[in-house]
Amino acid sequence: MSTIEERVKKIVAEQLGVKEGEIQNSSSFVEDLGADSLDTVELVMALEEEFETEIPDEEAEKITTVQEAMDYVTANQ
Amino acid sequence: MSRRRVVVTGMGLVSPLGTNLDDSWQGILAGRSGVAPIEGFDTSAFTTRFGAQVKGFEVEDYMPRKDARKMDLFIQYGMAAAIQAISDSGLETTEDNADRIGCAIGSGIGGLPMIEKNHESLQKGGPRKISPFFVPGSIINMISGNLAIRFGFRGPNIAITTACTSGTHNIGYSARTIAYGDADVMVCGGAEAASTPLGLGGFAAARALSTRNDDPQTASRPWDKDRDGFVLGDGAGVLVLEEYEHAKARGAKIYAELTGFGMSDDAYHMTLPPEDGRGAAAAMRNAIRDAGFNADVISYINAHGTSTPAGDLAESRAVESVMGAASKVAVSSTKSMIGHLLGAAGAVEAVFCILAIRDQVAPPTINLENPQEGCNLDYVPKEARQMKIDHALTNSFGFGGTNGSLIFSKV
Repeated sequence: MSTIEERVKKIVAEQLGVKEGEIQNSSSFVEDLGADSLDTVELVMALEEEFETEIPDEEAEKITTVQEAMDYVTANQ
Repeated sequence: MSRRRVVVTGMGLVSPLGTNLDDSWQGILAGRSGVAPIEGFDTSAFTTRFGAQVKGFEVEDYMPRKDARKMDLFIQYGMAAAIQAISDSGLETTEDNADRIGCAIGSGIGGLPMIEKNHESLQKGGPRKISPFFVPGSIINMISGNLAIRFGFRGPNIAITTACTSGTHNIGYSARTIAYGDADVMVCGGAEAASTPLGLGGFAAARALSTRNDDPQTASRPWDKDRDGFVLGDGAGVLVLEEYEHAKARGAKIYAELTGFGMSDDAYHMTLPPEDGRGAAAAMRNAIRDAGFNADVISYINAHGTSTPAGDLAESRAVESVMGAASKVAVSSTKSMIGHLLGAAGAVEAVFCILAIRDQVAPPTINLENPQEGCNLDYVPKEARQMKIDHALTNSFGFGGTNGSLIFSKV
């Protein structure tokens, strides 16, 4: 079973078209990984799907980096 | 002031016979059929279970997969054909010419796969499951939009949608745009990818499709007495049209001149033409008048020729009324090989007309065994024919009775 970090990075890589090796925990989706506002909406949807959870819009807005995504998933497992 | 002349300087194709111009054209000249059982979904409940889909298309040859995910299949096909055409033309966008280059690429149907997928997501998971890319990924003007973004084309940007006449209308409109002076270059054509459950089921429900499931490759048989409907096809065709002096000044290769464009409507029925084909004849006459020469200089017509019982007969009568009953004009339907590409058809067939002029060869109408009584023209049956072609005309007719004809001429 993959760790949360591996699963989050795999999804980020797929959604944003970047190599997993280029993704740091501190990477910002918009500033470092080239996402636009619609990409981040879809990224959150993919995280919801993977972790079978629902991320409210006000929480989703706070998820701007890989670390923040991992923290949210960990706290809401 | 004389009218600005419009020439073709680039072409691109994605068709059921190949994912580029050369493969598609070689298939046409060899009389190959691109029809096969439909793949991608279970067709067992459908009355028609075959079509002319594109095989072997690799979107990553044209863009990163991340970008492709945001474009429905018809947009991917349109982008691919346009990228080929622009590359073929050798056109470079600069700060000086960007405002004078535009796009007009349409579709008859648009993004059915994404509509179906997102509707399913909505039904299963509610509105939060609708993709943020659903709308910009499926609407019809997004080939033109994405091309402008990719190449920096800041001129007119439009997408005409007129069912199966879309490709022809976008090309004709683009020629007018250049002739009028609104642009010097237009990237134009049509794209379609409607081989989905809703697309196949919808055209089957309209009783428009052939049901020759036991022998799909002979199903598209324009003018033949045993024809029973059209074959649904996917793909895209794109031309680079350019003002003549502009093309000459940059030393561009010139394939042909677009000399005539005509339009009309049947004003008759949603899906059927009038038996005498008067609307089709009007579009051809308007194109010939626009070109300013006599009809008898046209030696080849790429017909709409969809293989429907009513449509083929009406078009044949229309050609006779325009060209004269004794006319020796060669009339063929490349739809006998690639099926009916709906909103892409007019653009793909314009490409075939231009190649017919370049290579001085008329494409064949395959599967034409026994012409129906009343279909009296020379349909170039079964095999391509070397012949002199200085001027070629192509027809497109769409639901709503909308008609369009284009004429291309040797330069």
